[in-house]
Amino acid sequence: MIELNQFLILSALLFAIGVIGIFLNRKNVIIILMSIEIILLSVNLNLIAFSYFLNDLTGQIFSLFVLTVAAAEAAIGLAILVIYNRNAGSIEIEKINALKG
Amino acid sequence: MTAQLLTFYLFSGVILISSLMVISTKNPVHSVLFLILSFLNAAGLFVILHAEFLAMILIIVYVGAVAVLFLFVVMMLDFKTSINKDNILQYIPIGILIGVVFVAELVIVLINTKFDLSNIQVLPNPLSDFIGKSNTEAIGSVLYTDYILYFQLSGVILLVAMIGSIVLTLREREGVKRQAVSEQLQRQGKIDLVDVKSGKGVDI
Repeated sequence: MIELNQFLILSALLFAIGVIGIFLNRKNVIIILMSIEIILLSVNLNLIAFSYFLNDLTGQIFSLFVLTVAAAEAAIGLAILVIYNRNAGSIEIEKINALKG
Repeated sequence: MTAQLLTFYLFSGVILISSLMVISTKNPVHSVLFLILSFLNAAGLFVILHAEFLAMILIIVYVGAVAVLFLFVVMMLDFKTSINKDNILQYIPIGILIGVVFVAELVIVLINTKFDLSNIQVLPNPLSDFIGKSNTEAIGSVLYTDYILYFQLSGVILLVAMIGSIVLTLREREGVKRQAVSEQLQRQGKIDLVDVKSGKGVDI
């Protein structure tokens, strides 16, 4: 029988992989967007695991909303990426330094 | 070891390996394909957790729309990656450090904690209310009644995202003639409405 902790550890590992992806990646922004998708997937997994082990439906409803926001975020992020690539000619993170941050 | 546990380990192993490949491959196209693989396996895990509707939504929305959008962007834009090796190696120590600390903390907490969910009393939508209904029917009966405001708000979010991405990527090209509808409608005195008799035609 699967226990709740197994799902929680899986989603913690998935979340950590997403965070590490944001830090390690120096090539282009699109991998960072994919890392954010992985993070949101792990959060969804958490919500649904709790929904199953609590015998309650609310987690699934909330996961549906997370999915909606993730889709909207991906669309906006990719649009920004496309116009940035058109204006600056590159999406390398090293070269995105207009703010000098 | 039951079949359920075996399936769980299979799906979660593939998810972890393919997510690692997403962040470590050099080719962005391969990253998107591994992302699709990890979404498909997450849908399998959702089925194990009796969330069939969300599993199907995950395949339709993520694999069918979001991942294909990523694939479009990766393939249609020509990303020039000219980063040299030592630049990449510069960030590996901080990344590994943050990752290891993060994983260690979370896993230590989760291994030592035993969640006791049996004595929680207040459940807003307990599954015992939906005995005999399918998962989709149960979600629909809650989503369109108790959560209707949030449902409409998520629709507004999608609308704003759609308008935003259209406005962001729209551009005026030089030297392209377009239809000016407002000017056409403002033409005064140059339009006649003629009542044409059948079979007679009209003089211009």
